Amino acid sequence: MISGLLFFNRNRVLNYLLVIAFLVLQIVFTVYEYLHIHTTELNYFTADALAVLLLATLTVISIPTMYHSYVYIKTKKDNPKHRAIYFSAMVALLTAISAAYLANHIAVTWIFVELTTLSASALIYHRRNNRSLEGTWKYVFVCAVSITLIFIGILFLSFTLQQAGTDDLSFAVLIKKAPQLNLFWLRLAFIFIFTGFTAKLGLVPMYTAGIDAKDKAPSPAGAILSSVLMNMGFVGIFRMYTVMANSPLHLWTNHVILIAAILSIFVATVYMTKVKNIKRMFAYSSIEHMGIVMLGLVAGGIGYYAAILHIIFHAFIKSSLFFQMGQIYRIYKSKSIYDVGNYFKYNLTGAIVMLLGFFSATAMPPSGLFISEFLIFRSLFEANYLWVLIIVMLLLTMIIWAFGKNIFKLLFSPAVDFKENDVERINPAESLSQFILLALVVYLGLNPPLEFVTLIQEAIKNLPH
Amino acid sequence: MANVLLIIFTISLLYLGIAHRLLTYIKILAFQGVLLFGIAFIELIQINIANLTFVLLETVVFKAIVIPYFLNYVIKRNRITRDSEPFLPNFISLIIITLIIIATFILSNAIADDRISKIYFVVALSTLFTGLYIIVTRHKIITHVMGYLVIENGVFILSLAVGNEMPMLVNLGIMLDIFASVFLLGIFVNRIGDVLKDVDVDQLKNLKD
Repeated sequence: MISGLLFFNRNRVLNYLLVIAFLVLQIVFTVYEYLHIHTTELNYFTADALAVLLLATLTVISIPTMYHSYVYIKTKKDNPKHRAIYFSAMVALLTAISAAYLANHIAVTWIFVELTTLSASALIYHRRNNRSLEGTWKYVFVCAVSITLIFIGILFLSFTLQQAGTDDLSFAVLIKKAPQLNLFWLRLAFIFIFTGFTAKLGLVPMYTAGIDAKDKAPSPAGAILSSVLMNMGFVGIFRMYTVMANSPLHLWTNHVILIAAILSIFVATVYMTKVKNIKRMFAYSSIEHMGIVMLGLVAGGIGYYAAILHIIFHAFIKSSLFFQMGQIYRIYKSKSIYDVGNYFKYNLTGAIVMLLGFFSATAMPPSGLFISEFLIFRSLFEANYLWVLIIVMLLLTMIIWAFGKNIFKLLFSPAVDFKENDVERINPAESLSQFILLALVVYLGLNPPLEFVTLIQEAIKNLPH
Repeated sequence: MANVLLIIFTISLLYLGIAHRLLTYIKILAFQGVLLFGIAFIELIQINIANLTFVLLETVVFKAIVIPYFLNYVIKRNRITRDSEPFLPNFISLIIITLIIIATFILSNAIADDRISKIYFVVALSTLFTGLYIIVTRHKIITHVMGYLVIENGVFILSLAVGNEMPMLVNLGIMLDIFASVFLLGIFVNRIGDVLKDVDVDQLKNLKD
């Protein structure tokens, strides 16, 4: 509703007031859902533990997103219609993602995933030049095909239910009836649903659309696309995984996800050593992290806990990197590695953020990602997946090298052919949000509050230990 | 009677493989919409009347009238040339689509589940794979959209197979249809024609590493 108002209203002050109203509503909604955990509302939405955790993540990230969107729009030419479309699409996207987190019926999740495709493509197209049109078209097309694949998976899922004698496709019923479902159709259903959701999550085989989308979208929108949207893909796959884990097909499911995860990390490594565009590098890094999360799911044991931890931390870190990217673009007017350099001289706070962000994203201590990755590796070791562990560690080393090579060029080497005359002065206060997000990751990693830990453990209680 | 309509639907797929002109593609899509209307009318007798009218209206109005009209408008407005520019010669397409239909038939024999009527499964899967094949083997961007519409028709037939027990799934399929095609066509009508002068998929290769 707020989105509709935003769309039709072009007045600048009113736009901003509506956005702030939306943020306040979002915060209130998250608190409400936390207090009402496990109640079912409107027959289709249940705030279970995973939903509350991810909803809180979404709220925390959406506040700096709106702030950075405001900064971004302010520095461009002031076109009221484009601004209205941008903000209304952003609000619609955040609402659709929240609803997709909360849905307890697979068809309702599917509807909201489709809505996110539509609103995200409006965001990607914001700059309205040829290349962003191409990115938008690719994104819409690949996501449309993936959504169709998910729908076919849902149809196959309904075939499985006929033998168990029920009609209901909500997740609670599916988990309960899991041992009795028809195995052949369940396999097919899982393959289709998994392939469809990899377009949102960013794994092989459908990750390609997401890369172009994060590259072409404006930086705050790119932050949303690469953190919270990927979490939505994770929710879809996770809920389906709990159903499969309670059925006789647990081992087979693990093998399928293992293949996809290793291929994703491999693809991310190959492209990261080759890429020259900083935003695309961040996008490939997201793919690598999602591959690691899936490995955690496969490994089991402490891996379940670590996977959810990794998802939440990665959302914070990747969004702060994208916010910083907005500032980099404003200074150098280019996203290519060849055109940037000596960042410490032009923007001291931003450079510190970049350095800390690099350490956090490559999972060096004291970043929270270090803890979650360590736990995932330990769970892989305990589950006897030794060869997988060795291959993944080798690939991750190469990724750290590629990432570091580019970041250090940005920070320390002098820029080639860069005119220093009219460099934009960036207000240091703009980097404040990123410091807060990175600090939050460190705090949650080293000293997580008790409610946080309890929520995660509740989220994974349906999986067999 | 429904079986006859389904078989005619499969034959229209073969015709899709050898069609030269874009206008023929549009006419086949409209024809498939009318066939789906007939199949839905015969099969879904058991669900309640309001739902049934909605489904029937959607197939006729949307698939058979609105979408072909939109596609026509896009072609005329962007002055897209008449030929469909396939990568492979049309005769080979015909053979490949025949092989697809035979392969899905053999596949569905291996599945052998009594609850699902076999012919629905065969027709739906072959439509799906034919749609994918059309997307992959044609030069123009607008044939991508047409291939996607063929896939949608296949998904609709698959949802009709369980439509009597779970009518909500048929509704969801229709919603997918409306959303995705309106959006795809919307972008196409408004933007791609203006921006990319030459509607060829080679134009979409700028975003690389």
